[in-house]
Amino acid sequence: MTAVPIRRPGLARIRAAGSPLHLACLAFVALVTLAALLAPWLIPHDPNTVDLADALAAPSAAHPLGVDAAGRDTLSRLLLGARTSLLGPLGVVAFSTVAGIAIGTAAAWRGGRLDSVLSRSTELVFAFPGMLLAILVVSVHGEGLLAPVLALAVAYTPYVSRLTRSLVLAERARPYVSAHRVQGHSALQICRRHVLPNIAPVVLAQSAINFGYALMDLAGLSFLGLGVPALTPDWGRMVFDGQTAIQHGYPLSAILPCAVVVLTVVAFNVVGERWADRVARRDR
Amino acid sequence: MAATLLVASFVVFGALYLAPGNPASFLLAGRSASPEALAAINAQYHLDDPFLVRYLRWLGDVLHGDFGRSITYRTDVSRLLADRLPTTLVLIAMSLVVVVAVGLLLGRIAAVRGGATDSAILVTTTFAVGTPSFVAAVLLQGVFAVDLGWFPSSGTGEGGFGDLVRHLVLPSVALALYLIGMLARVTRSAMLEALDSEHVTVARSRGVPERQVVRRHVFRNSLGTVLTTGGLIVSTLLVCTILVETAFSVGGIGQLLELSTTTKDFPTVQAISLIIVALFMTVNLLVDLALPLVDPRVTLGSRRAAA
Amino acid sequence: MRTPNTPTPNPPTPNAPAATAGPALDVRGLRITLPGTARPVLDGVDLTVGAGETVALVGESGSGKSLTSRSALRLLPPGAVVEGVVRVAGRDVLTLDPAALRAVRSTAAAMVFQDPRAAVNPLRRIGDFLTEGVTLTGTMGRNEATARAGELLRAVGLDASVLRKYPGQVSGGMLQRVVIAAALMGDPVLLLADEPTTALDVTSQAEVIALLAALRERFGTGLLFVTHDLDLAAAISDRVYVMYAGRIAETGPAEELFARPRHPYTAALLASTPRMDGPRGRLAAIAGMPPDLRVELPGCAFAARCPLATEVCDREAPRPAAAPGRPEHRAACHHSDRLEGSAVDAR
Repeated sequence: MTAVPIRRPGLARIRAAGSPLHLACLAFVALVTLAALLAPWLIPHDPNTVDLADALAAPSAAHPLGVDAAGRDTLSRLLLGARTSLLGPLGVVAFSTVAGIAIGTAAAWRGGRLDSVLSRSTELVFAFPGMLLAILVVSVHGEGLLAPVLALAVAYTPYVSRLTRSLVLAERARPYVSAHRVQGHSALQICRRHVLPNIAPVVLAQSAINFGYALMDLAGLSFLGLGVPALTPDWGRMVFDGQTAIQHGYPLSAILPCAVVVLTVVAFNVVGERWADRVARRDR
Repeated sequence: MAATLLVASFVVFGALYLAPGNPASFLLAGRSASPEALAAINAQYHLDDPFLVRYLRWLGDVLHGDFGRSITYRTDVSRLLADRLPTTLVLIAMSLVVVVAVGLLLGRIAAVRGGATDSAILVTTTFAVGTPSFVAAVLLQGVFAVDLGWFPSSGTGEGGFGDLVRHLVLPSVALALYLIGMLARVTRSAMLEALDSEHVTVARSRGVPERQVVRRHVFRNSLGTVLTTGGLIVSTLLVCTILVETAFSVGGIGQLLELSTTTKDFPTVQAISLIIVALFMTVNLLVDLALPLVDPRVTLGSRRAAA
Repeated sequence: MRTPNTPTPNPPTPNAPAATAGPALDVRGLRITLPGTARPVLDGVDLTVGAGETVALVGESGSGKSLTSRSALRLLPPGAVVEGVVRVAGRDVLTLDPAALRAVRSTAAAMVFQDPRAAVNPLRRIGDFLTEGVTLTGTMGRNEATARAGELLRAVGLDASVLRKYPGQVSGGMLQRVVIAAALMGDPVLLLADEPTTALDVTSQAEVIALLAALRERFGTGLLFVTHDLDLAAAISDRVYVMYAGRIAETGPAEELFARPRHPYTAALLASTPRMDGPRGRLAAIAGMPPDLRVELPGCAFAARCPLATEVCDREAPRPAAAPGRPEHRAACHHSDRLEGSAVDAR
């Protein structure tokens, strides 16, 4: 039974990338988070003010990062877009972490039928790519952030629950658990006080890794127009809007959201992997 | 696998009935309808029957290749699919070739060369893995279609197969980029693990030339691990076609799924979802069947048991 | 410079390399330094294996015995700095170009590794393993190689049907026979056996030892047998080298060395080995630990654990010196003469 986070294959062992990259990524994560928190006070313009006279204008003092095809200020939209673009993945990760820990712990601790039923359902959810599940749900419920976030959360839960299950199985076999049992502690108490704190770092590292993927999926959904409502600034939506600008030969308003998406995903991936590596090494 | 597929079909079918409101109004998608029209819809979709009966009837039809009628296109979903599936399959096949060729090569170079080459490939693939396919699509379109004009920027062309392929070059690269990064990393770490094993030292100690050591003992031994990512690769390709086909206006099933989702054409959404899940499971099954050929230690079905 | 005490004539074999006149293996002043250590892991090792001779190299783990035998094939850890001369059938393997080194590895010298399960690629057929060294270096054609592999499999007590099998389909003992047969493919003048029985069960161990001895006789190869097992060394070898902390502590004809050890480490090893015929009672464990590689050693490496150590031992490393009247028996100890007699009593 392995007790390391289930990486998406290929992300295991990013290490040679070196620490300058890691520091840069850490800084970028902090920057994006700050931007998301402080966006309402930072934006120079209303992100939805349409000024067609200025459409596709190059960067200027008034619009430091230029204007998009509908005449909206790109910097303001990027800053506000950070909120939706990070909030969505945060919801996915938070929900899938809580649900995954609950399911994984229950499956490992109770074993037997419950375990096999839960493992079967895990296998089923693995067969549905997260995006597809989200599209299915959106097609039923219509657009909005909540439905795709919940759908992705369900799709990401197995990654957490499978990891938690194997960790709890390993933890349960350790002598301190039976020692506490003999002293009359309830299973719930032992889990909460001892098992969960022990497995938390590994599980959280897994969730950090999931964050980047959730961000990609949600940005993809809003690129399709299936995520956030139309007027809400969002990076994925901005890439979509920028596509028309590119075809008119004004690439800036597409390149900027593209770059922000890629840098954010890379930053979260590198930081998450680094964390997972450290946790894995400490455990050894 | 059959059981999982059955449950998956149930989920796909049942999702419609989780929608708020009754299915008929949902199928009408907001359009107002006369009572006669409503009755016609109820009859056409057998909405008066119990849920389980409808599910079994739908499943029976699906098994006969009948996915029902598209609400938007007013034609059989199976016709729509027959028109569009070949384009998507060509796109996926082209992409798969690129992924396997470039991914394996990069991973192999990184593992064997090491040092600065390895670091460069690691950083490149870190960015490849962080680039969603729609971002790659938009950027490739800007550079190679709009700026340089090397490839058409959208559509599938009017000409024959050659024209189709030319139109699908950029989409297939956009689709491949993320997976190239992933496969290169998988190959690299699997080969590094194989490089560590003693039989590699033994082969060297017997005078086997280094190229042959890498080919026969390192690369060969990493293939099993690489193969197990096959299901993931194909399912990622399938799902990302939704984004890439939309970005390039390629008329495949991915774009159709996007269109029918926004127009709430539920029979089409059901059919495509089911196809994607079925293809994913088929590939996983094929991987399971192929694994004993690559690794004689694995006997049929033992991977499942081990997992 | 000594010549082997019992030079067995090496029967001329068709595939043997030209230079078989000298000893099969001749190591002179081998010193290997690894990055991040304060002293060399191998420090001035001299060792000879005559043609057709069986020599045992005895030491505890970390003494450098495996590294010594691996250096005969130039299998060195990354970053190792090497001084000295390692001649296999007269050719200095440390200075060969890659092509010549491959030629030596595929013909003149071969190694039998400790764990056959790890040594054979589990994904390739056994026949492939047997023939790859000689066919890929161009020493032999594919058909010729397969024919020889079949012959050698019979020589080690298996049959040619094994060729088609995968390593996972045969037992560990059988696989070690395969590894031995593979080592003989290029008709080597030198066979290096690195603890070839440690990973096997007791029955297979005895079989493998008997097999190695028989094959050495039949094919006339020199055999360097690396082991930590003194009794085994005594049973099969003509001469013995005892290694401690990267240096040769003592060397001599097997019987003589065990009967009258001239190095306190050999004596202590003998005293700590359980014997059936010896007196019952407590085994004398050697107190202390082998010296750390991060510490420099100006004096004798064994001084810290040695009951005979005096002040000179900490200051000055002893040079190997011959026993009076027995030039073949050499020990690197300042107090060899004080030891003789007392150690025999200890047994």
